[in-house]
Amino acid sequence: MSFSATNFAQPRPVPVGIRSNEKSLSSDPFRFRFRGSPSFLGSPHSLRFNPTPPLKLAIPHSRRSPAAAVTDVSNGKMVKSSANMLFGFVLQLITKEEGLELYEDMILGRFFEDMCAQMYYRGKMFGFVHLYNGQEAVSTGFIKLLKKEDTVVSTYRDHVHALSKGVPARAVMSELFGKATGCCRGQGGSMHMFSKEHNLIGGFAFIGEGIPVATGAAFSSKYRREVLKEASADHVTLAFFGDGTCNNGQFYECLNMAALWKLPIIFVVENNLWAIGMSHLRATSDPEIWKKGPAFGMAGVHVDGMDVLKVREVAKEAIERARRGDGPTLVECETYRFRGHSLADPDELRDPAEKARYAARDPISALKKYMIENKLANEQELKSIEKKIDEVLDDAVEYSDESPLPPRSQLLENVFADPKGFGIGPDGKYRCEDPKFTQGTAHV
Amino acid sequence: MATLFQGLPSSTAFSSSNKFNHVPAPTSFSERKSSIVTVRSDARWSPVLNYATHKPQRLITNAVATKADSSLASTSSKPGHELLLFEALREGLEEEMERDPCVCVMGEDVGHYGGSYKVTKGLATKFGDLRVLDTPIAENSFTGMGIGAAMTGLRPIIEGMNMGFLLLAFNQISNNCGMLHYTSGGQFKIPVVIRGPGGVGRQLGAEHSQRLESYFQSIPGIQMVACSTPYNAKGLMKAAIRSENPVILFEHVLLYNLKDRIPDEEYVLSLEEAEMVRPGEHVTILTYSRMRYHVMQAAKTLVNKGYDPEVIDIRSLKPFDLHTIGKSVKKTHRVLIVEECMRTGGIGASLTAAITENFNDDLDAPIVCLSSQDVPTPYAGTLEEWTVVQPAQIVTAVEQLCQ
Repeated sequence: MSFSATNFAQPRPVPVGIRSNEKSLSSDPFRFRFRGSPSFLGSPHSLRFNPTPPLKLAIPHSRRSPAAAVTDVSNGKMVKSSANMLFGFVLQLITKEEGLELYEDMILGRFFEDMCAQMYYRGKMFGFVHLYNGQEAVSTGFIKLLKKEDTVVSTYRDHVHALSKGVPARAVMSELFGKATGCCRGQGGSMHMFSKEHNLIGGFAFIGEGIPVATGAAFSSKYRREVLKEASADHVTLAFFGDGTCNNGQFYECLNMAALWKLPIIFVVENNLWAIGMSHLRATSDPEIWKKGPAFGMAGVHVDGMDVLKVREVAKEAIERARRGDGPTLVECETYRFRGHSLADPDELRDPAEKARYAARDPISALKKYMIENKLANEQELKSIEKKIDEVLDDAVEYSDESPLPPRSQLLENVFADPKGFGIGPDGKYRCEDPKFTQGTAHV
Repeated sequence: MATLFQGLPSSTAFSSSNKFNHVPAPTSFSERKSSIVTVRSDARWSPVLNYATHKPQRLITNAVATKADSSLASTSSKPGHELLLFEALREGLEEEMERDPCVCVMGEDVGHYGGSYKVTKGLATKFGDLRVLDTPIAENSFTGMGIGAAMTGLRPIIEGMNMGFLLLAFNQISNNCGMLHYTSGGQFKIPVVIRGPGGVGRQLGAEHSQRLESYFQSIPGIQMVACSTPYNAKGLMKAAIRSENPVILFEHVLLYNLKDRIPDEEYVLSLEEAEMVRPGEHVTILTYSRMRYHVMQAAKTLVNKGYDPEVIDIRSLKPFDLHTIGKSVKKTHRVLIVEECMRTGGIGASLTAAITENFNDDLDAPIVCLSSQDVPTPYAGTLEEWTVVQPAQIVTAVEQLCQ
């Protein structure tokens, strides 16, 4: 039995202090009711993650299990009284179909990344591979709300963003294998996932360098609306990046421009506390990244990134704001990566206790628990989703294995959109007209 | 806007003024009657750009040294209209913006201020603040923004107020602008034009006198062109905007006030072709941008001395037009490269390598490359003058080469 959305009151933004992860987005972004010591994830002045800080309602509580709201519900506090509207609100978040979609997307992300690790250790892919395990709630929570025409920009940890945006697992896997059938013809690799069809414009290896590109995509959208007068051009852009990027100049420059011109962009910070081996607390003077939004005149929100429903909630409002033309939002998602920075990272610096704590907040288990407890789905349905994804991935691996490697003729092909850019050769003809050029053996 | 050429080295006796009627030494008839800023982009040279006339040696310049020029169509259509180089750039830009609504400009002070060298003057009023976007001072980010906009369908022209500022955008230019078409497997094209004034000006100091052609030339996936006359400025601007590739258009800070007559009809030049400035027989002189004028200055002297230099403005810095260059090398067998770039790793260095590789058998002598000294451009006028190649050096080099 599923709860339909009409059983209870319409979901509305939760007042600050109750689900204290989120600042009330509808309130003045410049004034936050959040008060209290800036003890974000433990005191910023202590270098170790403080596991049990005083639990003040005003503090963005990340230590409470994301399923807390869920357990409150399951403890039978679900009553229609106004006193418990907040719990009623929690219940209202998704329908069964939506829940299954979210679950499937997160499972796809998780299983895909696990498969990547396997394939890497079997020698099918090389180089730097950065896995997204543990952070699925952010990708799913945001990207599943987008239209196909909306744009997503990511970093090197982009496999799951690509999958959530709709790039087929086959295309991503064969790109990782370096095959010609990859989404970028094998020329991009793990850190450069692109898809014109799905409006995924990267995949960037250097941190921060995708943020201006995302700002440009948002600018395009605004330009189309205002200069080219395309009324339907309300596309939004999502830029995903990490905590380490938030100390980079490009981030701030783009916050400024986006707020200045009210660009339809959402800056999503996936704060997993670690930039390879550098703790966010050691690198940042004020570790509360969401605060940096209001400094530029835009809404800054902090959300528990291990809870897909909370992320989705925040994402909805931010996306709507952008679509309306009311400008950008900075969303900080507190999340965690279960694996190392990359498959080459020994991951020795992180405290096992910290890892265990976050493992207990696995977004997939949380959603599973939520769905089962709210009778949105049963074990079997979820298991069948997992089985389906297993098959998708087996097929993706098989497809990638069987796909051809890029031939030599591909070497020179996409350097220029207009290959005349290779210039005029000594014989007076454009170099691209040289038959050796198409064979990939021309010396340009 | 300061008048005329601000490039007169201040070490001269007449350093305090820009007025050419204070120039004592030259006695040429054509000089005396020349208007201050007239430069023919065909080979008829009115020696106004006497950067070097302060030098003690007198360059005899009274011969009309040029042969009838058939290869330049630049000012052949007499009815054209006269304008200055920055106006030609603006004209090209304006025409393209009218033609395609996706063409937009972004940069510092391009909008309300009209551009620091007035290339975009009036365009913001005409096309609006979003199409001619005044950006904050964040080169890396607004260049990246232009790249993102290009990937999603627009055709931005990104102006660096001074080319040197684009060093701050190097990350975006190298990583994104040049690479993303390839890295995305050809899915996204990046039709941006990155332009701005560079080169050694008049005592602007080291940081404002940079020549970035050498830094950018290794980036795969971009094209670089340098304009030198109003005619090719407009043509290259239009070609760059229409090109699907990212193009860096190098303008020179001292050339903005060159005046010339350009055709009324629309024309677009090829981004990959070089321009034959003066056909000749004895030696091929390859040059670009401002040095073209130093070369032509030297050519006058050389002609008087009996030499017949062939002068080619390579225009396309990347890729090189090896056809035009090769034809010339095969004819003259001697090559002199005159550039404003630094000696180390400059355009001249690459060009030397390319010519040696392709036309070694046609060379009678090693290629001589005259470049700027590998020094940060000093402020002092005398020192600054000695960092760049002067016509006298060109004359000497040709004489040596032709021995």
